Amino acid sequence: MNPTTSFVIISLLKIVGIVFLVILPMVSYAVYAERKVSALIQDRLGPNRVGPAGLFQPIADAMKFLLKEDFTPAHVNKFYYWLAPCLAMVPAITTIAVVPFGSTLFGVPMVIADINVGVLFVFAIASLGVYGIVIAGWASNSKYPFLGGVRSGSQMISYELSLGLAVVPIFLLIGNLRLTEVVRYQIDHGWMVFPFAGDWKNPAGWLLAVPMWISFAVFAIAVFAETNRLPFDLPEAETELVGGYHTEYSSMKFALFFLGEYAAMITGSAIIVTLFLGGWHFPGVPDGSHGWIFGLINIFVFFAKIAALLFIFIWVRFTLPRFRYDQLMRLGWVFFFEIALVNIFLAAAIITFFDR
Amino acid sequence: MAITVPRPKLTWFERLYLPAIVAGMAITLQHFKNMLLGRTKVTMQYPEQKWDAQLPEHYRGAPALVKDEAGRIRCVACQLCEFICPPRAIKIEPGEIPVKDRFSKVEKYPREFDIDMIRCIFCGMCEEVCPEQAIFLRKDYAITGLTRAEMVHNKEKLLEIGGIMHGVVLKWNEKK
Ligand code: SF4
Ligand code: SF4
Repeated sequence: MNPTTSFVIISLLKIVGIVFLVILPMVSYAVYAERKVSALIQDRLGPNRVGPAGLFQPIADAMKFLLKEDFTPAHVNKFYYWLAPCLAMVPAITTIAVVPFGSTLFGVPMVIADINVGVLFVFAIASLGVYGIVIAGWASNSKYPFLGGVRSGSQMISYELSLGLAVVPIFLLIGNLRLTEVVRYQIDHGWMVFPFAGDWKNPAGWLLAVPMWISFAVFAIAVFAETNRLPFDLPEAETELVGGYHTEYSSMKFALFFLGEYAAMITGSAIIVTLFLGGWHFPGVPDGSHGWIFGLINIFVFFAKIAALLFIFIWVRFTLPRFRYDQLMRLGWVFFFEIALVNIFLAAAIITFFDR
Repeated sequence: MAITVPRPKLTWFERLYLPAIVAGMAITLQHFKNMLLGRTKVTMQYPEQKWDAQLPEHYRGAPALVKDEAGRIRCVACQLCEFICPPRAIKIEPGEIPVKDRFSKVEKYPREFDIDMIRCIFCGMCEEVCPEQAIFLRKDYAITGLTRAEMVHNKEKLLEIGGIMHGVVLKWNEKK
């Protein structure tokens, strides 16, 4: 087999394996987890009818969505109305292409596309996700979806800035945009949120923790806003906008928006894990070159970290109330933007001073 | 008259919001933990657990026709219940008892007796008005059906729910 063919086959295997066997089931079980965790937080029981502890509920949900009537209202702009759900789902899944979800398995690096502009690709694709929502809001030709779409657009612009600025300190430190290098660096120098790990005596590590923590907080909050999760779910805002941008959608088209949101949550968590929480690395576990079992453990560790973050997403959703719109804008432009900006100078000063 | 509700003055610590957020997160996590450990009392799991044993004596469930000890349908088709029923759920078609019958003195019996359980409001008027103590509200409450027709209880169904009633007035017995 010539190298090109084997490359194509291996890439296809990775795409199918990661998207269809891991991400999509994870998306549907994220919905289940959301329902179950929210229920437990609110002293309810949650889904418990379909299968043991309601574990087959996602399958039943999928059946329901597929069998429902796929209704297209007469007043919508048909082409964009059909396009929007795809646009909501595709970027969320595409982003995962550059994220290293494991070390190596049988010598094959566990990343679909190890490109040197990794994080730029992530931002470029992730910001396309908003088009799904804006187009849905516009094509629906009705006031609530329209408001939802407009809100989503302005929210995206305000938080994209702090999202981008928050990661700059990391790349000042590493000097490489490739996400596999980011993980490699964290293995050698401690996770980004614990830059002092390993070299406990060095004050540089402890000082560096300050801008890293600020970056982490700003980035995590901006991811919440990017994925339209509470407390930033203004485009949806059931109580004011009757569901917002997806008000006019039904059956599988609605499900695509719904699942797109969860897919975006998963990719958002994957980026957070890769940038700040050491990717697939777990202290004491060697990488895949020491045997395939470690390769599998690395992959498992990566998704376990994502699952933990998803739990936090859900936990926050069922704790915090929604922001008012002006508060959201103020927070984005007046606080996070400035904090992220100052943080870059702080990190740069520390890095120059200690010559890291 | 409009009342201006004064906004509380927040200290800078309160205006930081972060302590409040952390406190809120702690509260929800506490609830989550208590549920996981089974410390929170949850509602009864209906189809598996039922409340039937605790139903009070006066519980008003599905109306049903009863028979007496001799196995006779107690209803004499006087149609009082049909008239009193507020949502008009009852439909009776009276028939005559043949002269040779042991109970021929009773004269009438219901040939058809339908109660539309979609209409019935479980008010108990039928039980109250019946001069024969022939119709009682039993304790069946889970009345379901897939069609409207299925939800109409006919005479057989009503007698099946009702069963035999002991210890009621037996005014026809001495006239046999
Ligand atoms: S309980 Fe009330 S509503 Fe039901 S059949 Fe009797 S009188 Fe009618
Ligand atoms: S159930 Fe009672 S009230 Fe109704 S028709 Fe029969 S005897 Fe009369």
